[in-house]
Amino acid sequence: MRMDVDVLVIGGGPVGCTVARFAALGGTHTLIVEKRSEIGSPVRCGEGIAPDIFDEIGITKDSRWVRNTVDGARFISPAGHMWVIEGEAVSEEVGLVIDRDKFDKVMALHALDEGAKLMLRTHIEELIVDGGKVTGARGKYMGQDIEIAAKVVIAADGYESVLAGQVGIDTRLESKDVETCLQYTLGGVVNQDRYCDFYFGNSVVPGGYIWIFPKSASEVNVGLGLLLSKVEKKGAVKEYLDGFIKDHPVLSKGSAISMVAGGVSVSMPIKTTVADGFIVVGDAARMVDPLSGGGLANGMLAAKIAGEVAAKAVKSGNVSAETLAEYDTSWRKRLEEKMYRNYLTKELLLKQSDETVDKVIETLGNTKMENVGTFEIIQAIAEKHPDVVKEIEKFFI
Amino acid sequence: MKVDMELCLRCGACVGTCNDTAIRLYESGIVFHMDICVRCGSCMLVCPVGAISEEVGV
Repeated sequence: MRMDVDVLVIGGGPVGCTVARFAALGGTHTLIVEKRSEIGSPVRCGEGIAPDIFDEIGITKDSRWVRNTVDGARFISPAGHMWVIEGEAVSEEVGLVIDRDKFDKVMALHALDEGAKLMLRTHIEELIVDGGKVTGARGKYMGQDIEIAAKVVIAADGYESVLAGQVGIDTRLESKDVETCLQYTLGGVVNQDRYCDFYFGNSVVPGGYIWIFPKSASEVNVGLGLLLSKVEKKGAVKEYLDGFIKDHPVLSKGSAISMVAGGVSVSMPIKTTVADGFIVVGDAARMVDPLSGGGLANGMLAAKIAGEVAAKAVKSGNVSAETLAEYDTSWRKRLEEKMYRNYLTKELLLKQSDETVDKVIETLGNTKMENVGTFEIIQAIAEKHPDVVKEIEKFFI
Repeated sequence: MKVDMELCLRCGACVGTCNDTAIRLYESGIVFHMDICVRCGSCMLVCPVGAISEEVGV
């Protein structure tokens, strides 16, 4: 089978669908291809998100996918000290817990409403490259060979992306920049409060954290990310998570209704995200926030820019790397500085002993902050424990 | 390398972690391209459920 489109988006996740939505809005003939047989399934996400991004990309919060609104976040140290962020201090960062499978489907519907097309069960195996310029992609649709010509190809193929390397874009990761993650959605747990909990400390989980996000009064996501460079034996993630749940007074009473896993990059983004006729976006471009491991907001923000720039390039008849570089420059301007600061913070956290994590969380728990922002947090730590933040202070203050 | 498909969740963590793009994920399962694989072992460690092991004798 052969097809011909303006913009080919590889990957039907929320990033791919957002790219497609804006590319279609820009008046281009846009096709999304997805290798799986259902959008949104299986979920690979903690399902917690700060809602600011939805305004940014013009999406209205929707009862089809919003499950819960949280009152705040609690950070818990190995010795049990707790730092709670809530109320007015978090007005900008109050989180939502969402159903990602439903959210992804709604994002696909939005793209289709703008005129984009979608093909499931389409597995792209390689890009078509002609004299260094990407001119399409080929693979299998329902097991049959398919070749799709496109003016711009956009790789939104997630963590497991293998396409960008074909045009010399290096997406390789070091083991110190990879989190291996596992999460259960547990039912049958009595969880009346609406906080997102984060458990830290190298003895709890080396180079990562455990999260508990409430989906309803009796349903939570509990998951764990473990830094790959700290994994000493096979299947360690599951062992840590199962151990945590077993010892937890509330969670141990529940049972899993779903189990999801995945790799998450906690690196800096890739050096370049464009080539002639080609764009990389989202997890494939390593846009995940290196401190939180959250990829949805950054990815969708960049996706909007990618869709707009791709449409403009197609209309102008010039899809060279130089033209598409407007995308690269724009998303970096919005995201890169914060990613860099968070990368440094991640590296700093890794070096701390459990005792230091206890001291810092205790200090933060005892500090009254009017606005909780990175600046205020660093300042509060610097006052009591200057040594801990000495190395990174200058990047924040 | 060998995947225990009873354990595998098809999450793709091994695919994205392989720096030699030697692993591909299909609906039907995981395929290792052993001609490309350098036996670094990253896939075994990144697998959240420990489904990947080294095939004895390879």
